[in-house]
Amino acid sequence: MSDATLHDHDARLSACPACDAAPLASRIAGTRGVQEDIVLSLPTIHCATCITDVERVLQRHPGVRDARVNLTLRRVTVDAPGMTAEELIPVVESIGYEAHELDPAALSASAADRQGRDILMRIGVSGFAMMNIMILSVAVWSGAEDATRDMFHWISGAIALPTVAFAGQPFFSSAWRALRHGRLGMDVPISLALILASAISVYETLHSGHHAYFDAAVMLCFFLLIGRYLDYRTRAVARSAAEELTALEVPRAFRVTPAGDEPVPVAELVPGDLIRIRPGARVPADGEIAEGSSEIDRSLLTGESIPVAAGPGLALSAGEVNLTGPLVMRVTAAGRDSSLARLTALVAAAESARGHYTGLADRASRLYSPLVHLLAFCSFLGWYLGTHDLRLAVNVAAAVLIITCPCALGLAVPAVVTAASGRLFRRGMLIKDGTALERLAEVDAAVFDKTGTLTMGVPQLVSLDPIPTDARPVALALSQGSGHPLSQALAQALRETGTEPAALQDLREVPGHGISGVWQGREVRLGRADWLGARHGEATLSASWLSLGQGAPIRLEFSDRLRPGAEACVARIVASGRRVMLLSGDAAPVVQDLARRLGIEEWRAGVTPVEKAEALRRLRQEGLHPLMVGDGLNDTAALTEAHVSISPASALDAARTASDMVLMGSDLAPVAEALELARSARARIKENFAISLVYNIVAVPIAIAGFATPLMAALAMSLSSISVTLNALRLR
Amino acid sequence: MEILGLLIPVSLGLGGLGLLAFIWSLRGRQYDDPKGDAERILSSEWDDHPKP
Repeated sequence: MSDATLHDHDARLSACPACDAAPLASRIAGTRGVQEDIVLSLPTIHCATCITDVERVLQRHPGVRDARVNLTLRRVTVDAPGMTAEELIPVVESIGYEAHELDPAALSASAADRQGRDILMRIGVSGFAMMNIMILSVAVWSGAEDATRDMFHWISGAIALPTVAFAGQPFFSSAWRALRHGRLGMDVPISLALILASAISVYETLHSGHHAYFDAAVMLCFFLLIGRYLDYRTRAVARSAAEELTALEVPRAFRVTPAGDEPVPVAELVPGDLIRIRPGARVPADGEIAEGSSEIDRSLLTGESIPVAAGPGLALSAGEVNLTGPLVMRVTAAGRDSSLARLTALVAAAESARGHYTGLADRASRLYSPLVHLLAFCSFLGWYLGTHDLRLAVNVAAAVLIITCPCALGLAVPAVVTAASGRLFRRGMLIKDGTALERLAEVDAAVFDKTGTLTMGVPQLVSLDPIPTDARPVALALSQGSGHPLSQALAQALRETGTEPAALQDLREVPGHGISGVWQGREVRLGRADWLGARHGEATLSASWLSLGQGAPIRLEFSDRLRPGAEACVARIVASGRRVMLLSGDAAPVVQDLARRLGIEEWRAGVTPVEKAEALRRLRQEGLHPLMVGDGLNDTAALTEAHVSISPASALDAARTASDMVLMGSDLAPVAEALELARSARARIKENFAISLVYNIVAVPIAIAGFATPLMAALAMSLSSISVTLNALRLR
Repeated sequence: MEILGLLIPVSLGLGGLGLLAFIWSLRGRQYDDPKGDAERILSSEWDDHPKP
């Protein structure tokens, strides 16, 4: 029963692909009354015990009908009618596993799954056919004659023809598409070889001929389908992880109604709605503050690391983060019209306009396909003119086509890309684009963004020295009371020195200004300069002020914490002789300080998003292939403009969409590793091309001379495929 | 060589059985979670009776 529900869920998703794309609102309206399965992401599960624990605790929870963990995707699907993810997350967290809600609307796994199963099915069928035909072929090769040979050929044909028709479909349809557009892809010679080999074999069998190529045709299908499947797997893994990142941000807002706050999907917001934004939450739509005061973190949009004070009347854009006080905002533009969505659309447009990059495989096949056709045609012509024997000439032409067929070529690239992206995935790097790895190998300049990329976007206290020892417990007690990032950083720094908080009375937070309390009869405050009557001055570092009720307020400076691995990553890229640049929207002294710390010689501060994109364009005009690493909205244009781009998982959705690779962990070191791995992967692909070329150079003259036999074709094909795959696996 | 008349159908039939088993496992979504299935066999949770 419960299993059936899980399956129904998939069937429902796949039965209506348009529903998957439509906004959540219409899905809810359309499927009212039908219970959705709840999907939770479990990033920390890794073993059999984890699976059993999670399933057991969920199944024992009242109201849960069934729970099934998928370890490959690190997800659990829960069938619990009438329950919400918020009720289930604490259940999983109570046994020590991290759990996040996933938006099922953003996961369109079922359609992709079907495609994978479809290729697997074709591999299975052609594998079965190949084994049976091989058994018969061995008998023919070892000397079966006359009626026996004919019978074996007939049986082989009866197995091979339906198999080629079924298993070869992906090649036929893609070859047809290519031909209709007037191109010669890799699939045209493949399809031609399949059809010609089958046709000539049928003809030979009818006339009791010696050679039939049924085994070669089926084997060709089998090996090439494996290449297709590897290709598909790599993309499916990347896509599902990318989808998961999107699905983690469940689009929900809290609408203020006379009856209290009600949670609504962001897609349902309309201009004029009043919504409540809790401290720490991301602004879901564009709007204007109606009431409340707080501070706003705009770093993802502009790159500024200092929060901005916010009060009624201030305009907010979707994507900004509310820091301290609750705000009520009047929506002015939502969903498709919000500035965030408009920017995402702009990026999508820029992306489709970006010059189409031709991968190594495409370039090879452009050279290869005409050559193969020409060779086959020439040998046909030569033999026909020489002997006037049409049957012999067609036989030779078919043998040439089969032997030159890009069996190894079809495997050469997917096998290497699978090995390389598998290794990068384990290091926390996700490749979203098929040609990204090849483009990464060409990179000779790296451009970094500052806030959120080289730094964590999390403040760190520069020094505790300005605070007198006797005031530290007071500072700790004050800073503990606020969720503001600067307060949190101060509290952490104080706790690390072993300070115990002092007892304060009347502790209260004044949103947008700071926090105050009463200590030994004096009012103490921690907050913004203007609130404490101090002058912020010329400083560019973020600062907070502490007032002890007597004497001048104490200035506390904060710097941005470096992302782990940032120093090593930059050092490694500089050492490899590539040009490294730092472009930031932040103020000059902060950027200069960071550039000096990391040893980056070229840096620019106060750069606008347009200037960033222009800088990238100029680099490209100089003939360089720049890599852009960035996370903010202000980087999206530059990410699109770059030859290849990487963004951390903490980046905004728009930035992740614009970039070719996503860094899953917080460590930046895999970026430098990926650059090196990409180079060796490209070398391996070229080696693979060389290997298949050597096989062709040896086998093609024999085929043209008319000495090729089905046994030779089978041997050449399997040997080249296996050696290419083994060579790719050396990358691990 | 009459034995061929028997052996060829037998070998084809056996191969066909393998193919059917493969299609069955594919339809049963047994390739959806290869990592999880490899780990699940280590757990003794459902050793005494199958999961209902």
